[in-house]
Amino acid sequence: MKAAAAKSRFGALKIGDELPQRQFECGNVQLMLYNAALWNGHRIHFDEPYARDVEGYPGLVIAGPLLGDWLHQCVEEWLGDDGRIVSIDYSNRVATYVGEVLTSGGKVTAIHPEAGEAEVEVFISNAEGAVVTPGKVVVRFGESW
Amino acid sequence: MSLLSPELLQNIGRQSEPRRELVTRRDIRKYAVATGNRQRKYLDGDQAPPMFHVPLFWDVVELDELSPDGVSIDTLLPKFPLEKAMAGGLEIEYHKPIHPGDWLTATRTLTDIYEKSGRSGPLIFYEVVMDVVDDAEQLVIREKTTRILR
Repeated sequence: MKAAAAKSRFGALKIGDELPQRQFECGNVQLMLYNAALWNGHRIHFDEPYARDVEGYPGLVIAGPLLGDWLHQCVEEWLGDDGRIVSIDYSNRVATYVGEVLTSGGKVTAIHPEAGEAEVEVFISNAEGAVVTPGKVVVRFGESW
Repeated sequence: MSLLSPELLQNIGRQSEPRRELVTRRDIRKYAVATGNRQRKYLDGDQAPPMFHVPLFWDVVELDELSPDGVSIDTLLPKFPLEKAMAGGLEIEYHKPIHPGDWLTATRTLTDIYEKSGRSGPLIFYEVVMDVVDDAEQLVIREKTTRILR
């Protein structure tokens, strides 16, 4: 049943299909909890006077891998139980700060029927519409963890 | 004139001591909540979300091993002639799912150091590959980090 649903969904997939977008707004508490979960003591993520006065940032910097995690969430929420992420390749290009409204999204750029796989171009963009974290994800349909 | 001396390049291939860690439901739940995940299986800690290897293998060092800005010094890396870090990239392959109770072992290898000329001067790139295996020695995750120094 599940396999049939995944197969029919993969069959209907088209290049250019867009993933649902999601907004993220990371506050002080979430950023602190994230870095605590990592054991990351980098002061630019929690010490605002230090981030501004010593490092010259306009505010508390959102940790780069958190944006990478959001790219995964964007793809997994779109896949549901119909498939899984095989690989990702992304880079943090522009710094982002607590209080910024960020948006995740993506679109299908290639389909490989023999492997049951698709390539998805993903992004996190800021309020100005600039892509701060671009990436590419390979997903496989009919295999779910 | 290259910035990369033969001595520096000899560090390519250098490997960290393997680190073995236990995956717990509590750590999965904390990570899932902190990242704003909306999937029940992760929020309940039944399975680890992608990128859970990041908190699992973040270096746990003692306070006097942190630099004044709160960063732990990566002992796998040599001293580079350029030090200002720019944006970096990450490539991750997912080979097996991760569940609470799993013991995972990570080994990091400095796989490449190279130089390119950027608009504002020379840039040094380095790559670190982290392989995560389970107790049956099966590959669970392979992650390649590329960092740029200017």
